[in-house]
Amino acid sequence: MSEIIVKGGFVIDPTRKIDGDVADVAIKDGKIVDKVSSGAKIIDAKGKIVMAGGVDVHAHVAGPKVNVGRLFRPEDKLFKSPMAQDGFRMESGFSVPSTFKTGYDYARMGYAFVMEAAMPPLFTAHVHEEIHDTPIIDEAALPVFGNNWFVMDYLKKGEIENTAAYIAWLIRVTKGFGIKVVNPGGTAAWAWGLNCLTLNDPVPYFEITPSEIITGLLKANEYLGLPHSMHIHQNDLGNPGNYQLTIDSLKLAEGVKPKNKFGREQVMHSTHIQFHSYGGDSWANFESKAKEVMDYVNKNKAITCDLGCVTLDETTTMTADGPFEHHLNSLNHLKWCNVDVEMETAAGVVPYVYDKNIKVCGIQWAIGLELGLYAKDPNRTFISTDHPNAGPFIRYPRVIKWLMSKKAREATLDTFKYKDKVIAATNIHSIDRELTLYEIAQMTRSGPAKCLGMSNIYGGLAPGMNADVGVFDLNYKNMPSDPEKIEQAFLRAAYFIKSGEIVVRDGDILGHGHKKTIWVNVKMPENPQVMRDITQSFTKDYTVGIDNYPVHDYLAPHPFVINVDVEA
Amino acid sequence: MFEAFNITPDAFAGKTPAQIAALEGREGKIKVALGDFFEVSGSPGNTADETDVVIVGDCSRVKYIGNKMTAGSITVNGNADMYVGGWMKGGKIHIKGNVDSFCGIGMEGGDILIDGKAGNYVGCAYRGDWRGMKGGTIRIRGSAGNDIGTFMLGGTIIIENNAFIHVSTHAEGGTVIIKGDVEGRVGGQAVKGDIYVLGKIQFMLPGFKKIDVVEKEVDGVKGTFNHYIGDLGERHPKSKGKEIFANLYVKAAA
Repeated sequence: MSEIIVKGGFVIDPTRKIDGDVADVAIKDGKIVDKVSSGAKIIDAKGKIVMAGGVDVHAHVAGPKVNVGRLFRPEDKLFKSPMAQDGFRMESGFSVPSTFKTGYDYARMGYAFVMEAAMPPLFTAHVHEEIHDTPIIDEAALPVFGNNWFVMDYLKKGEIENTAAYIAWLIRVTKGFGIKVVNPGGTAAWAWGLNCLTLNDPVPYFEITPSEIITGLLKANEYLGLPHSMHIHQNDLGNPGNYQLTIDSLKLAEGVKPKNKFGREQVMHSTHIQFHSYGGDSWANFESKAKEVMDYVNKNKAITCDLGCVTLDETTTMTADGPFEHHLNSLNHLKWCNVDVEMETAAGVVPYVYDKNIKVCGIQWAIGLELGLYAKDPNRTFISTDHPNAGPFIRYPRVIKWLMSKKAREATLDTFKYKDKVIAATNIHSIDRELTLYEIAQMTRSGPAKCLGMSNIYGGLAPGMNADVGVFDLNYKNMPSDPEKIEQAFLRAAYFIKSGEIVVRDGDILGHGHKKTIWVNVKMPENPQVMRDITQSFTKDYTVGIDNYPVHDYLAPHPFVINVDVEA
Repeated sequence: MFEAFNITPDAFAGKTPAQIAALEGREGKIKVALGDFFEVSGSPGNTADETDVVIVGDCSRVKYIGNKMTAGSITVNGNADMYVGGWMKGGKIHIKGNVDSFCGIGMEGGDILIDGKAGNYVGCAYRGDWRGMKGGTIRIRGSAGNDIGTFMLGGTIIIENNAFIHVSTHAEGGTVIIKGDVEGRVGGQAVKGDIYVLGKIQFMLPGFKKIDVVEKEVDGVKGTFNHYIGDLGERHPKSKGKEIFANLYVKAAA
């Protein structure tokens, strides 16, 4: 393979504490190296910043519920689907883009890795087919466990080892990456038309509480020593006054210690925390509790979070939190789709318009940014929009702009119909902090890579790491006074090199790259009881046979497997 | 089949005939030019408002005439295909023959007059969208097919002859006047808006309740109408403490 040298840029690499030093980045055979021969292809990065490829810890980009969004929102593609360029695939959609647009747009923003945040185990084949059809970017997927019947059965009996053995089996057969938990217990209760809105609401039939499910899965995750921690979407998402529940469930991580060989320090990743930082007891007195939530996150090093920033767009919400989507539909009266996935989970999809003329939407926007601005450790707080729930991922550059520029935040506040009410219900107007490029690199590169246990592959520019290098047209020494230029620079990278291949130049896609599907192979001694339970359940309960359940190798033809050996 | 989304006074204004002939169109995924299908002559105005487009000949296979136009006029001395005046914001379109489906889809303003008959989806919303026709007037002198004014929010649709099924489905505003007969499914899931049927409705929806008999003048026709409200199966917002319904006025038998 060819050699490339990215010359003379301002390098920003938090993994080596490099902040804007002018340096070269050498690439050979898809990896970062110390030096290359004089024949290497030269990329002139003078006057531009150079960062590792971005790492997205949480986005809904592949699988059945994403496709439901595509199918039931043809209007999301109207006038937004230009003809394909020669040699490339057509790009369609806005909030739920086609797989091709997903890959191209992430690459244009210099992203190398994206985590599909909720994979229903029964429909894993579909998830992997879509992942395979998404060009350029590396991807992995988190199977959902928080409402799984096996998990609830074992945890009710306090059987952490059996829970772990089941999880190890399921991650292996679905080619998954880790443990995702969505509204623990609540989605299972939804099958009875109920929900779990506190940590102590018992799940019907299983008689287990969300608190017990969370604690059990935290322990099972560390029992297995997975690269990523338990990844949770808490109960009572999106409701006024939910911040106390959020803090209470974060506290459940206090008794658990990280145990893994991947350099991960947290035991719980709390996702789209914006949706969980709400005060008030109705939409009338709805207010920000970002400070209260972030104060706790700042104190507890065993927790990482991503923001889930509202971007004020028309978007499509989709989540395995079935009861929440039903609730949302009763608020906005638009379309609603609901799916039950036998034994495992559920999902709902509803379009949503975050309108800057609506007070609540303005407050939600402010909360997402406040969380980022109150974060004391940007290496534990990551940029996300819970794509597409709070906004599409192509707004990450806009979120970066808002975080980096008070001027940009004030300009957006000025467009609100209820500006004064939004200011009264939040702290956004009084926060002067402007994040630095170094902090942005922590929130989008080194932080999420470490949180996923992949800091030796992604998120930095040290020799030996994947050669995922973004060059952005921003002068570190002379940043533009116009914040719009920050958004433009991060939206269309000057160059993006993915695995040692130049895939983007001046924001244009040059190639389809060589994407990989990353999955975790958890090796654990055979657990006869769990295998018998699984076999019996497939005979008795499932509508598919156990032989048809595992994902075949041909569905993930370009795997990168992370092996985990669990000691007995 | 030619997708001529550039046949608008907005695209023509300020251009020479040669420049207009060079405007892009599509046949599926193939890029073509207007000049491949039309001879262009005359002199457009400097603005859309001062530009009148006349098409001589049969446009039965020309789609998207007047797409998103804001001002000026288009006259077609014959038939036109689908999407006439789609998403138009202003100006006038006059088709002297028939039109196919999706006439006035997503329309926000302006006037469309069809001398012949129309296909399905007159003044409807784009597939999947909950924001349909917002304003303007569509007048079909002949008959129309199904799905008229779906998700309508405002504006007026007048069908001077018969219509088939699904009128003002999901409507939250606007007015539809059918001067002939309708087979059925009028006002299904309608939240707000007005529907007038001057002929007969063969099958009434069960979600409509007769509340009154009123005298009305509708598009120049005076008469006695049975006043129904509905769709009772749908949610209805309140205004000043009173529930708002869609109104269906059906001309009483003489």
